[in-house]
Amino acid sequence: MSFRFAHSAIDTASARLELLDPGAGGYVSFEGWVRDHNEGQEVTRLEYEAFEELAVKEGERVLAEAQHRFPIKRALCIHRVGVLGLADMAVWVGVSSVHRGEAFDACRFIIDEVKHRVPIWKKEHYRNGDSGWVNCERCAASLHHSHEHEPAVSR
Amino acid sequence: MIRPAAIPAPAPVYGLILAGGASSRMKRDKAALLYRGESQLDRACALAHRHVTQVFVSVRAGQDADPVRARWPLIIDSVEGGGPIVGIRSALAAHPHAAWLVLACDLPFLSDAALEHLLTERDPSLIATAYRSAHGGLPEPLCAVWEPRAADELAAYQAGGGSCPRKFLMHRAVKILEPVDRQALDNVNTPEEYAQALRLLDSGSETNPMHLKIQYYALMREQAGRSEETVETKAATAADLYSELQARYRFTLSREQLRVAVNSEFSTWSRKLVSGDAVVFIPPVAGG
Repeated sequence: MSFRFAHSAIDTASARLELLDPGAGGYVSFEGWVRDHNEGQEVTRLEYEAFEELAVKEGERVLAEAQHRFPIKRALCIHRVGVLGLADMAVWVGVSSVHRGEAFDACRFIIDEVKHRVPIWKKEHYRNGDSGWVNCERCAASLHHSHEHEPAVSR
Repeated sequence: MIRPAAIPAPAPVYGLILAGGASSRMKRDKAALLYRGESQLDRACALAHRHVTQVFVSVRAGQDADPVRARWPLIIDSVEGGGPIVGIRSALAAHPHAAWLVLACDLPFLSDAALEHLLTERDPSLIATAYRSAHGGLPEPLCAVWEPRAADELAAYQAGGGSCPRKFLMHRAVKILEPVDRQALDNVNTPEEYAQALRLLDSGSETNPMHLKIQYYALMREQAGRSEETVETKAATAADLYSELQARYRFTLSREQLRVAVNSEFSTWSRKLVSGDAVVFIPPVAGG
């Protein structure tokens, strides 16, 4: 069970090897990619920033919760920080388990929780030259939408 | 061809703690009043010493053997009975190339932040840089930086019968700063004020300045214009600290939109802060 940050492209081939387990019958992975649009705006690049010390602790708590909820073998999540271009990989989640069902469920649980809880921030840069911190700037006027209650921005 | 004139380096700043007062309203020597076992004079000297390289204590003739004062390098008034203006003139005469951070010894609430601000904002091309007094809005001469060029004007002012350093500054080229902390310049003149100051200073983190390390991320970093800093604050809780820094940096996010971490772990807003804590305000997250 490990959560970590990558400051350059995520090496998924070696990440996958960390999930190999003689008792596992399969593995599921999720890749989050930088998309060229969000909420009607044309996106040209993203910047990710993290409070790494706390983010690693919180990320590992998410993974431990996943293991507690689902009978999985191993789980790993790697998140990028820095400037990312279109189609770059922002996050990778992998889970191995005895049967496929719990691997799909745990993988979904992990990515959803990471988006909601782990102190990572994303700044979008738009075609029109604007930029903004996702979940921070467009809702800055609204006092009642704590990030804990907002739907994750789908990717 | 016109050569630019060489700009002289600003004069070095020395500290001058005024401890020659008669303490008539206090009915005992103000310099020797104790705060947490430390004399008021020692506290003032230590505070000044954190900001300037040399600190002197200004005394009247005859006070130089007093054990409370003799612990420090002294500048003895060159003229009898003239009040603080003589103390300042004596220092300017003793070290004519220095500017002076002049402090009354009876300012128990004076903070490092207030001195740092004063020295940062100092304008060496003027007569002095001073805070605006909270009482009456006039310049406060006894928490101010006096420049070397004040010496001649002070001599002329006194020769013309003047004796009040505040009135002197009112009519001179002085940079006036708004106080960073309303309480910082409150002086303690009477036994009642001393008792109240002791209560305030002893009531713990509510009034005792702490040093906190603040790290800023994402939108907070951009709005603060920095990724970390050490702040001196009396904020009792994480919530109070956010209010203080929100006022300073005009953060657009309300506290309800944030979480807070202390020492790299999520915390409640009501958590009491202690000196040395590392605090991070966490704006809405957006991983993935």
